[in-house]
Amino acid sequence: MPFASPYTPFTMEIGAFGHSHWRSTVPYVILNIDTLIEMAEETKPVGPPTEMASTAWEGDLPDRVRHAFESNTIQALSYVGQNFFITPADTAIPVIEYLQREEGFDYLVDLTVIDYPKKAERFELLYILYSYARNERLRVKTAIADGVTPPTATTVFLGADWMEREIFDMFGIRFAGHPNMKRLLLPEEWTGHPLRKEYGITQMDNRWVKDNLGIESGQ
Amino acid sequence: MSAVETFLDSNELVLNMGPQHPSTHGVLRIILKLDGEKVNGTECVIGYLHRGVEKIAEARTYQMFAPYVDRMDYISAVSNGLGYCLAVEKLGGIEAPPRAQAVRVILTELNRIASHLFWLGTHALDIGAITPLFYTLREREEVLKIFENYCGARLTTHAFRIGGLQYELYEGFEEQVRKFCDDLPGKIDEYEELLTGNRIWVERLTGVGILNAEDCKRYGVSGPMIRAAGVPADLRKLQPYCGYEQYDFDVPTRVNGDCFDRYVVRMAEMRQSVRIIQQAVANVPTGPVMAKVPKVFKPAIGEAYVSIEAPKGELGYFIVSDGTLNPYRLRVRPPSLVNLQSLDAMCKGTLVADVVAIIGTIDIVLGEVDR
Repeated sequence: MPFASPYTPFTMEIGAFGHSHWRSTVPYVILNIDTLIEMAEETKPVGPPTEMASTAWEGDLPDRVRHAFESNTIQALSYVGQNFFITPADTAIPVIEYLQREEGFDYLVDLTVIDYPKKAERFELLYILYSYARNERLRVKTAIADGVTPPTATTVFLGADWMEREIFDMFGIRFAGHPNMKRLLLPEEWTGHPLRKEYGITQMDNRWVKDNLGIESGQ
Repeated sequence: MSAVETFLDSNELVLNMGPQHPSTHGVLRIILKLDGEKVNGTECVIGYLHRGVEKIAEARTYQMFAPYVDRMDYISAVSNGLGYCLAVEKLGGIEAPPRAQAVRVILTELNRIASHLFWLGTHALDIGAITPLFYTLREREEVLKIFENYCGARLTTHAFRIGGLQYELYEGFEEQVRKFCDDLPGKIDEYEELLTGNRIWVERLTGVGILNAEDCKRYGVSGPMIRAAGVPADLRKLQPYCGYEQYDFDVPTRVNGDCFDRYVVRMAEMRQSVRIIQQAVANVPTGPVMAKVPKVFKPAIGEAYVSIEAPKGELGYFIVSDGTLNPYRLRVRPPSLVNLQSLDAMCKGTLVADVVAIIGTIDIVLGEVDR
């Protein structure tokens, strides 16, 4: 190693060998190289977990939902005390409708998407529901591939309108049956969907910026 | 067809209100479809303050992102910070020490009062009453002074840290807060004398912008708006956080769900906040103000949704961790955005001047609507 002198101060994040590139903006601790090698030896055999350590969600409600849909494909899980269902894409809206109608989950708290570009079904749709009567919160998740148009939730909750428009704006997912499927926050002529993982943090639609703001770049 | 009829023949008029309009509280643009003075429909155009907060979060560490949340709802920056810290703490399995929790409650409730005071002043200004603005800003100044003494900033405070507080309380904090709490109820009485019985005020607000409990739920409306419609939904009671279960306070509700009820609910809430602060200040536990949080903070792979009762409604943070330094995805559930969505339902059939009153009582902050 070229910098193996024990007197050479060497800066690196502790234990972050997964990304050992230099990052000036993260908190770092000054260590010498011997300590680093020692730590690398210690941490090597233990791989980090690659999935959320969720546990099964036992209870009446998951049973009733599974029973109502005669389905074993609906998973009921729990993480840090928060419960969620994972359903196939085509059952998500029926499950939400069922929860709203039969179980009293009458408040759609939020509707959003998480992008996992490496997965085949890259977008995870997430519905957060709350019941005033039961004072209970749960989430319904489903995965869809890029280019798929999932059905709208506005038929169940009017509040889903702008949330779905924001998802279209930020991720480019169109919702079938939505009354007004257009961008919410960005200008309508904008190209690109910023919250997709491949969209860079400083990236923007330079053509739009040039045409409308009269400057070369927003950066 | 006679000439007179042709002359009076009226078409639907499309009127653009904002984005630069004093009563839209920032840069909200509303397209109004008018039949004379009557509103047939509205459409909101938002996004003028969009800064991509959720995208920024993905490129920052958990600690680095904390100051950004203050810039969303800048009128109640402390509440934003509290929600974010609680969400990250939930994800990382950290609990703030009791002393930090009590201070968090005091500062958040002070911020709720400041937010409601600012709302009252600007809303009254929209309706045409200029005087309350001067009074409410005078009282709000006292709150901002407390923030300034505590952390050096008045508006975007960044008062809390993940795991507790950055600073110990300063000398004289308790006296200053106590004095403020002793004075405020009398001041609220003054505002009520100016407004609550005022004929113009009552006529402008009563029966305007009605949103009943059913519609509130369908639109996902939260906060003072749904409480004005008779649903006692307050997350401080329903799903207590930060030790709110220790404090004795009421959740004010009204039945009609119109603009006047929203005004009454917010006035009553300020009095309840004073009660909470007085109880909290009387009994601030001793001990550390910061839990043990690793300098290199990497929560385990997982996800959590945590929401708090912000002055405007339910403020939620959904965070996905992939086990690295940065959040994999961070979603903010802004109360203003979701509440604003019900504007069209409230405005149909009212007059143009009522639209101003209705926007006012939704209590929007465009920094939070657009993020």
